[in-house]
Amino acid sequence: MDNSSGNNYVGEFAVEASGLSKHYGDVVALDGLELSVPTGTVLGLLGPNGAGKTTAVSILTTLIAPDGGTARVAGVDVIKEPQRVRSLIGLSGQYAAVDEHLTATENLEMIGCLYGMRRPAARKKASELIERFRLSDSAHRPLKTFSGGMRRRIDLAGALLADPPVLFLDEPTTGLDPRSRGELWDVIRERVEAGTTVVLTTQYLEEADQLAHDIVVIDHGRAIARGTSQELKRRIGGEHLDIHLALLTDISRVEAIVRPFAIGAIRTDDQEVLVSIPVSKGIEALGSVMAELSVQNIEIVDIGLRRPTLDDVFMELTGHKTQEEQT
Amino acid sequence: MISMIRDATTIARRNVIRISRVPEVMVFVVIQPLMFVLLFAYVFGGSIDIPGGSYREFLIAGIFAQTVVFGATFTASGLAEDVQKGLINRFRSLPMSRSAVVAGRTASDVVYNLLSIIIMSLAGFAVGWRIRGSILDAVVAYLLLLFFSYSFSWVMACLGLLVPAPEVVNNATFIVLFPLTFIANTFVPSDSLPGILKPIAEWNPVSTLTHAVRVRFGNLPAETPEPTSWPLQNAMLYSLGWAILLIVIFAPIATRLYQRTGKR
Ligand SMILES: Nc1ncnc2c1ncn2[C@@H]1O[C@H](COP(=O)(O)OP(=O)(O)OP(=O)(O)O)[C@@H](O)[C@H]1O
Ligand SMILES: [Mg+2]
Repeated sequence: MDNSSGNNYVGEFAVEASGLSKHYGDVVALDGLELSVPTGTVLGLLGPNGAGKTTAVSILTTLIAPDGGTARVAGVDVIKEPQRVRSLIGLSGQYAAVDEHLTATENLEMIGCLYGMRRPAARKKASELIERFRLSDSAHRPLKTFSGGMRRRIDLAGALLADPPVLFLDEPTTGLDPRSRGELWDVIRERVEAGTTVVLTTQYLEEADQLAHDIVVIDHGRAIARGTSQELKRRIGGEHLDIHLALLTDISRVEAIVRPFAIGAIRTDDQEVLVSIPVSKGIEALGSVMAELSVQNIEIVDIGLRRPTLDDVFMELTGHKTQEEQT
Repeated sequence: MISMIRDATTIARRNVIRISRVPEVMVFVVIQPLMFVLLFAYVFGGSIDIPGGSYREFLIAGIFAQTVVFGATFTASGLAEDVQKGLINRFRSLPMSRSAVVAGRTASDVVYNLLSIIIMSLAGFAVGWRIRGSILDAVVAYLLLLFFSYSFSWVMACLGLLVPAPEVVNNATFIVLFPLTFIANTFVPSDSLPGILKPIAEWNPVSTLTHAVRVRFGNLPAETPEPTSWPLQNAMLYSLGWAILLIVIFAPIATRLYQRTGKR
């Protein structure tokens, strides 16, 4: 078990950012982002490609300077005292940054030493984490023989190695299989229980739902919604009923059938020949709609209930799909 | 300062571990100097006349100088690769000394050059080259080669942090390094160069490095006239001066570039 209690930050908010902005030429990556993460909690930064998630993480981890705004991590100003901030954080970036020619142990030992740990201590901690991530069998092989998911786990272990009080994880589970994903979630939960504060970015509502106490949905560099996952889900409806039709011409008839069950905006997609509606009592709605469809002789390809996705969040909050925002 | 040395040692250790794991690098470190010694000794060896001496003997110091200058490009390609693989950003997020990554890299590249020099010395020995001066002089010559290469590594570090991709490094450096190492007394005596090339060669630090090493190895042909230009007359001092100047100028620039990498 980790003994990271001595490392924890005691202030009320472990991460506070206000008015963060960043431009790349004409592209506005961040546009006045506000964040405050209570100590010992997980903040999920949820957003589609290009929303500004990585930019926000890069500013908070001192990698880039913002054009405007201020940010404090564990009470320390990231612009004025970046070096102090670095000793208080662990970062796992969006793409695994590991040395391919070094073994798993050598990579982690190096990171430990660069955190100022003594070599034997770094080595011990490294082998603990390697075991935790089920990579002991491969601990002494160069990482270039590792799969993408294995590298990713070593990169994540690098962020956890020094037991920093604040963790920044940029899309930590991208590329992990379901089992590894679940295990990583467990590791994160353990850390949080021990008092660590976590900021994680994700494109999956489910992941934010699993881990995050609070969620900030960002788009075009600004927060478009924030709240607990319960609050967000209440806003976008609990479940979605998706109906894939055989004939495009049936779409308007189906819309009329489902309208009474919809608790939010109905989404139709001509390309996929799909009608999607947020519903409250999923099973009931499914039964009634299926009965009505068969009465009216409408041919369906597939019908099913599913949990809301990021797309649904965006549909509800902005009235457009995530993809359509790409320029 | 102590933490800087600690961190630089950690980085240097990592780079040295890599030497044995990256066969492509060994090709450059071992095969290239070997090829140069053999090519020049056997292909040009017979056709170039050195008054009062053997061309092979004359040649070795030039090849040493050329190889350590080219050897410095490892610094550039190594750092460029670290930028590309995201390692520099990883390092920049750690509470480590800000000059340690570049300092560790330039230090570990001395190991590459030491390996090259050992291979070249053995190859040279095989084709008939001998150290004809004192052992102490020879040690001084080797140290001068390594120090010059070390200083040049700092220039290359800046390049490595500036280029958009590691592949660019070779193209960028060849354009500069070929003239630098050929318009010199590395392969022919500078006296034999025509017109404007002669003064350029005489003031070229690669020439003075070669000359200083040649003298210390006792490989200067007996009939060589005393050099007339000041740099060649003070070859040791002039070469050291250049080396120190390069470090003083480029070490701070490289450290700044490291901090800015990725900020764009
Ligand atoms: N170095 C850069 N140069 C130019 N534009 C950039 C740079 N980095 C980011 N951007 C732009 O800033 C915006 C935000 O990028 P960012 O990487 O923060 O998004 P993201 O939310 O992390 O996306 P993803 O989910 O794809 O990782 C994008 O429009 C991107 O094109
Ligand atoms: Mg990103």
